[in-house]
Amino acid sequence: MGFGQLPYDVAHLLGGGMLLLSFMLLYQRRVAAVVSVLAAQGAVLALAAAWQGFVQGAPQLYLTALIAAVAKAGLIPLALRWMIRRLALARGVDAALGIGPSLMAGVALVALAIMVALPITTGAQALAREDLAIALSVVLLGMLMMITRRNAILQVVGLMSLENGLVLAAVGIAGMPLVVELSIAALVMLVLVVAGVVVFQMRERLDSLDTLLLHPHRGEPE
Amino acid sequence: MPLAWLLVLLPWAGAAVLGFLPRERVAALVNIGVSAAGFLLSLLLLAEPQGVTGWTRLDALNLPLLLLSSVVGLTTSVYSLGAIAAEGLDARRLRAFHVAFQLFMGAQALALLADNLGVMWVAVEIATLASVLMVGLHGTPAAIEAAWKFFILCGVGIALALLGTIILGLAAQAVPGEGEALSWAALLASAPRCDPGVLNLAFVFLLVGYGTKAGLVPLHAWLPDAEAEGPIAISAVLSGLLLNAALHAVLRVKAIVGANAETVPPGALLLAFGLASVLVAGFALWRRRDARRFFAWSSILHMGLAATGFGFGGVAGNLAGLLHMLGHSLAKSAVFFGIGAAVRLRGSQRIADLGGLCTTVPALGWALAISIAAVAGLPPFALFASEYLLVTEAAAQHPWAILPLGLGLLVAVAAKVQTLQALCFCDPPADRTTGRVDWTSLGPIWAHLVLALLLGVALPGPLRSMLGEAAGVGG
Repeated sequence: MGFGQLPYDVAHLLGGGMLLLSFMLLYQRRVAAVVSVLAAQGAVLALAAAWQGFVQGAPQLYLTALIAAVAKAGLIPLALRWMIRRLALARGVDAALGIGPSLMAGVALVALAIMVALPITTGAQALAREDLAIALSVVLLGMLMMITRRNAILQVVGLMSLENGLVLAAVGIAGMPLVVELSIAALVMLVLVVAGVVVFQMRERLDSLDTLLLHPHRGEPE
Repeated sequence: MPLAWLLVLLPWAGAAVLGFLPRERVAALVNIGVSAAGFLLSLLLLAEPQGVTGWTRLDALNLPLLLLSSVVGLTTSVYSLGAIAAEGLDARRLRAFHVAFQLFMGAQALALLADNLGVMWVAVEIATLASVLMVGLHGTPAAIEAAWKFFILCGVGIALALLGTIILGLAAQAVPGEGEALSWAALLASAPRCDPGVLNLAFVFLLVGYGTKAGLVPLHAWLPDAEAEGPIAISAVLSGLLLNAALHAVLRVKAIVGANAETVPPGALLLAFGLASVLVAGFALWRRRDARRFFAWSSILHMGLAATGFGFGGVAGNLAGLLHMLGHSLAKSAVFFGIGAAVRLRGSQRIADLGGLCTTVPALGWALAISIAAVAGLPPFALFASEYLLVTEAAAQHPWAILPLGLGLLVAVAAKVQTLQALCFCDPPADRTTGRVDWTSLGPIWAHLVLALLLGVALPGPLRSMLGEAAGVGG
């Protein structure tokens, strides 16, 4: 399977779409817009999983796709929106690194992912290789977002986007056990609940979600 | 149902029941009951045939660690019977504590038992989330900071471990093998035929991922904060159990990657992380003024020592590492029980405020003094035996490692002896409070010390042969 064949091209298109949405996460200036982009990424992930299910003839991937569609494109963004409204958050995105430098760092990370993933995976199927390079890029961009954003909600969005990259990597590899994919989906919801609990406490006690304000509370002044 | 599954499901069933028990005392007693049943189950496991049942496997490597987990789980729940009332938690948080504790215990057992690396990952993640909730339980700004840091750093770490697991699956996909995908035994069998480049990439992600959970330098930043906050029972299980589960995962993965002769030797990477942890933690101990943070840094040191043992590899190195993990869990949880009791008496966790315990509360002071000596690796406890094994192995096989290893060890032992004197023997602070410490604190400390002593001087024959076999499993 290679370039010019339908299964490969569509998988590539969907993976590329997720990567593009990862970049869009980096340049949004409003928290609500970031959540919308995350929802879009979840929807594309659902399509990618369904396509892999069709190509690999693996019906359990349709279930993964369904979960991605319901949880990542539906429930999680709704929950995040509810949290934002409930906490009456400031609407702006507070970045530790400006938007231009973030995007440049993002491009560098994608180059790094391709340089790492492609040369060493020559033995694997072409689809799995390039899927891995794209998934690794999405993971690294999610991490970049967690590092460069100071707002706790945006850090959670970065973590969710990172997990989208993981699921993309998992569905691209034929023969992954279903239980792994199911549990990842379930755990993402659990992660959100735990994050929500901590975020609400943060808001209650510190009256802010700026994680920079947390540092003076380290137990032991150096 | 296989016995091994019960060990996972029983605590989770317990967690569900504990969620509905409003009375504090009753909940604490049920908590002990569930932990005691888990302990009995793990004893019964000794008689079970070893091998794979479904997603779980039972072998010489995880059996001693499971036994240890259930012992520490039981003593910790006994300790919290006396200690939890003093934490000043409201009814809702108290229920959350008990639920999260049993959720953690079940996930910990599953993480050790899992044969499928995907299931192992899921278990470690559940254990992490349960402990994040416990760390943030007090809701003070410092606790929230610790919980958030723990959540974010370990969230990323655990995600990288999953990526490594997926890449391992990719490596195995290229070679036709028998057995379920991601099964440890199947991966181990097919590893020699896998592409070494993909295995290298997988190992880097898995080491960084699970290494974050094991608190190896430079991925340790969450650990001192997490262990200094939350009810003190959490410090005991975080330090004694969660770190072991993570290091056990690293050891399993190392066995797979090491089975392929063309990969970058996984032991070398592990050795680098281990020695860095020993050195950094050895010096960092000198700057600590908070007792719980001091012993959290000591956990980083000990995880570094165990990782160094696994990095040396071979039967001798792995044996030293395993013995070190067992000895550290017993001694460190004993220290945390003692510190917890002292903090309850004095109302502060600064080392300066806790001084002179042997004068004011001799029963606690002496128990704590002996526990700290055990953690410092003084003879005759288990950590002395494992450190001795480690140093002789280094001298025989890797003479260059003696310098960093010896330096880190000596600096750390000196720091611990100094803290031992400050906590137990120096003059108590002016407002000397005398108080009584009940059996729920002293019992667990002494039980751990006796076990650590047995492990150090009189290892029972069957356990000795099991550990020897386990050291072979680690590759």
